[in-house]
Amino acid sequence: MTVLKAPAPGGTSRAGQAAKLAVLLAFVLLFLIPVYVLVVTSFKPLNEADPSSAWSLPKHWSVSGWTTAWNDLRAGLANSVKIAVTGSIISAVLGSLNGYVLSKWRFPGADAVFTAFLFGMFIPYQAVMIPLAGLLTDIELSGTIRGLIIAHVVYGIPICTLIFRNYYVTIPEELIEAARVDGAGMLRTYWSVILPVSGPAFAVTLIWQFTSMWNDFLFAVFLGAPDSWPVTVMLNNTAGSGAVAVQYNVQMASALLASLPTLLVYLLLGRFFMRGLMAGALKG
Amino acid sequence: MRVRVLGHRTRVLAAAAMAGALALSGCGANEDQNSNNDKSEVEVFSWWTGPGEADGLKAMQADFEKKNPGTKFTNAAIAGGSGTQAKAVLASRLQNNKPPDSFQGHAGAELIDYIKAGQIEPLDDFYDENGLKSVYPKQLLDQITYKGHIYSVPVNIHRSNVLWYNPKILKDAGLDGPPKSIPEFIDALKAVKDKTDKVPLSLGAQWTADHLLENVLLGSLGTDAYNALWEPGADWNTPAVTKALNEFGEIMKYTTLEAASTDWQGAAKAVVDGKAAFNIMGDWAYGYFVGDAPNGLGKKLGEDFDWAPAPGTEGTYMWLSDSFTLPKNAPHRGGALAWLKEVSSKEGQDLFNPKKGSIPARTDADKKLYTGYLKSALDEWTNPNTKLAGSFWHGVTANNKWHTDIDTAVGLFLQNRDVSKLQQGLVNAAKNSGQ
Amino acid sequence: MKTEDEKTTGRLRRSRTWLPGLLLISPSIIAIGLFVYGLIFWNTRVALSGKHDEVSEYGFDKGKNFVDLWDQPSWPGAVENALLFTVVFVGGALLLGAFLAFLMDKGIRGEAAFRTIYLFPMAVSFIATGVVWRWLMNPAPPERAVGLNQLFDKLSLDALANNWWQNQDWGMAAMALPAIWQMSGYVMALYLAGFRGVPEDLREAARVDGASEWQVYRYVVFPQLRPVTLSALIILGHISLKVFDLIMAIAGKQIITYVPAVAAYVEIFDRHDPANGATIATYMLVAVAVLVIPYLVWSVRTERTR
Repeated sequence: MTVLKAPAPGGTSRAGQAAKLAVLLAFVLLFLIPVYVLVVTSFKPLNEADPSSAWSLPKHWSVSGWTTAWNDLRAGLANSVKIAVTGSIISAVLGSLNGYVLSKWRFPGADAVFTAFLFGMFIPYQAVMIPLAGLLTDIELSGTIRGLIIAHVVYGIPICTLIFRNYYVTIPEELIEAARVDGAGMLRTYWSVILPVSGPAFAVTLIWQFTSMWNDFLFAVFLGAPDSWPVTVMLNNTAGSGAVAVQYNVQMASALLASLPTLLVYLLLGRFFMRGLMAGALKG
Repeated sequence: MRVRVLGHRTRVLAAAAMAGALALSGCGANEDQNSNNDKSEVEVFSWWTGPGEADGLKAMQADFEKKNPGTKFTNAAIAGGSGTQAKAVLASRLQNNKPPDSFQGHAGAELIDYIKAGQIEPLDDFYDENGLKSVYPKQLLDQITYKGHIYSVPVNIHRSNVLWYNPKILKDAGLDGPPKSIPEFIDALKAVKDKTDKVPLSLGAQWTADHLLENVLLGSLGTDAYNALWEPGADWNTPAVTKALNEFGEIMKYTTLEAASTDWQGAAKAVVDGKAAFNIMGDWAYGYFVGDAPNGLGKKLGEDFDWAPAPGTEGTYMWLSDSFTLPKNAPHRGGALAWLKEVSSKEGQDLFNPKKGSIPARTDADKKLYTGYLKSALDEWTNPNTKLAGSFWHGVTANNKWHTDIDTAVGLFLQNRDVSKLQQGLVNAAKNSGQ
Repeated sequence: MKTEDEKTTGRLRRSRTWLPGLLLISPSIIAIGLFVYGLIFWNTRVALSGKHDEVSEYGFDKGKNFVDLWDQPSWPGAVENALLFTVVFVGGALLLGAFLAFLMDKGIRGEAAFRTIYLFPMAVSFIATGVVWRWLMNPAPPERAVGLNQLFDKLSLDALANNWWQNQDWGMAAMALPAIWQMSGYVMALYLAGFRGVPEDLREAARVDGASEWQVYRYVVFPQLRPVTLSALIILGHISLKVFDLIMAIAGKQIITYVPAVAAYVEIFDRHDPANGATIATYMLVAVAVLVIPYLVWSVRTERTR
């Protein structure tokens, strides 16, 4: 597998390094501008939280935005965790098995099936929300967490299969052959040869699916119900429907609170994401 | 009549394929349960999630639970300005035959699509049983009757044609008082622009321009001509309408560049903060202005701001109303009817409206509860000489297609400022509405 | 010569090698078949129908909707907006991502931290950041300036202040800014993996031959990045054609930032016109297909020869 760390920087001068560092830092500042506004506004009391004072630090630091946000989002956070954790694990397992079949245990027409799967990534959801809700209603899963998980898992099959297939393609055929000669069947080979080296691909898939399930709004609002609503719907509700003052400090605190878990996932699994990308996953 | 998406056979096949081990027992049940009187719970669908309106809903809920101890109340509110998200989800649920027990909708033409699709029940019997026809104003009842039947229960009344202004800025611009006609309004805007450095007319995102348009139409054409525009076969291609649209275009020149990035609260706030002279917005702004923090700005009527009927509309109440419906095949029809009884009752409306900042639809409200602007509003509403005009933007006179097409025409006008194209767009909108 | 029996057993034995695989993947095939292709089929049926409100019959209008759509005043603008947005977003994210990866290619202090910071916008949804971007891109003139215009004013960079997405002609280019913010980290990660995937010996060989560092990049490294560019183009392109969350969170359904996905939403849920909504969705699907299918076929085929 390819190396993660950079090669020795042969031939780059100290001045060159310093210049690169400066540019990279400048971009870090640019990237963090929206975060700055979010954080600073979330710690302001209501009367200070206004677009006209977006750049100033709070005169009186206050956590009232955060406490309200926590109360508003608590139930939604629990649901989001259930949906995103369960859903991403199931997605990853499915993707792994599918990717394995499409790369190492092929059948006639495997390439066509793969292409047909991929096309599923491109469907515009707005257009099919109503019949999709209808399908879930027919199997009595509309409005439930299970229904949301199923919808997410099904629409995640293409990307998860893609990631694993592209990753597994790099595993040498000889290893499979050796297992076959040893008498291992399809599942045995998977367990002993494929699964042990699947780490990076699992990381990439878990991150990708967790993020997309956590941040999804469309499925949540159409296919869910009040007791199964994840945090994105609750977040949208904090914006209120507009008959009263918008509590910007609460809104920003809610936005940050809702984003913390995905940020955590990125912090913890981020380096595996890079490793997985290096190994060819997600290259399409 | 139920509208089905995908043929029934296809859906059953699909369900069978997907279900596998899952039981299909639910699908086999007879779905026409019009006579169920299940009162064990009620799921109420609305878009009242912001403070103020949510508080009003909670107050009604508390009263409801006291009067209906065995009934569980589920609040299925989804946010989104004027119910955009909520209505989308509602459409999906209704088409897939999973209605809530009762849902919020603006009384009037907004409900026509539901009526035509057979998704809500007529409530004439309910009105008779509860004696509502004598407590709701007659003009209101006329304007919410569709083909001889009434389909919803109004809870509150809001007024669309209100001009909010900053008295100090008007004085600085040399104006004696708020303008009483559209031409006077245009002159006043010009005076503010020339003599002060304040914004003449504050405006928010596209829909507030629609709101402005309905007020300009009413002020320019007059109540009867305005009301006639919404009759089947009305002609929007008249010189009177051209004149009104030209005035609209002229007025729009005095608004701000950043309007599209501003929500209605930001635009209204500019008036009470002394940054803008005028703002035309419905009277929900009043609760926002005078309420205490965190839900309001804590301003004083008469000092920080004042109000007048929108220019040219004195004597007319341009109304809109939040109301509740009875969906067909509601899972708990008994609960739904109990809820409708609550929202149509004097106690319920008097609990809800002071918190929301609107006036009750019933004419026998406890007047002591409504102070400041709300008192004047209630007096006008209950005055039999007041003329009523339905707000098109807020769902009274135009059905969904018409409503959206007008919005599109206005949105395009904001880009190209071409009055003749705007008029053509409005003509087409009326023609294609199918109302 | 094999007998009939032998041929059958041969076929059976061969099928033992691929049948299990087919069985293992079959639940996914069924699920995709139903949830993707079944719904695409349903959508096409509605697009070809005359069902312009909830109660009419479906009927069969052939392609009439596809032509009539262009008479709708809001549609051509939506297409133009989508095209402008796509060009600016895809170009911008590619350039920025490639540039950042290029800077980090040879290794830099704190690389892991830089990577995480650039990557994290992808983790955040626009439901959360929409309000912030609306504040940032507010076009109010200097006396009322808010957001980035206000920042430019404070830093004496007034020349940069502009109308953002309320600019009549180039507004959608401003909308690409949050999108670039969100996706350039991902492009950077792709390119970084691509850069690092170029074997060091190749670079060494070129250096030994007397090539300058820049020439090493130009003639050895960049050509190897073509597949990365292609795949990034495809992913960004299809995201761009379907953009919805970003627009709705910042500007809502206003005509000035109308795009096809918003138009489809408005047709279905505001105008209650299923046929028009389905027509727009079909156009979107075709646009993405035109972009993606040749690439898919090409990439699967080139892999076979690897």
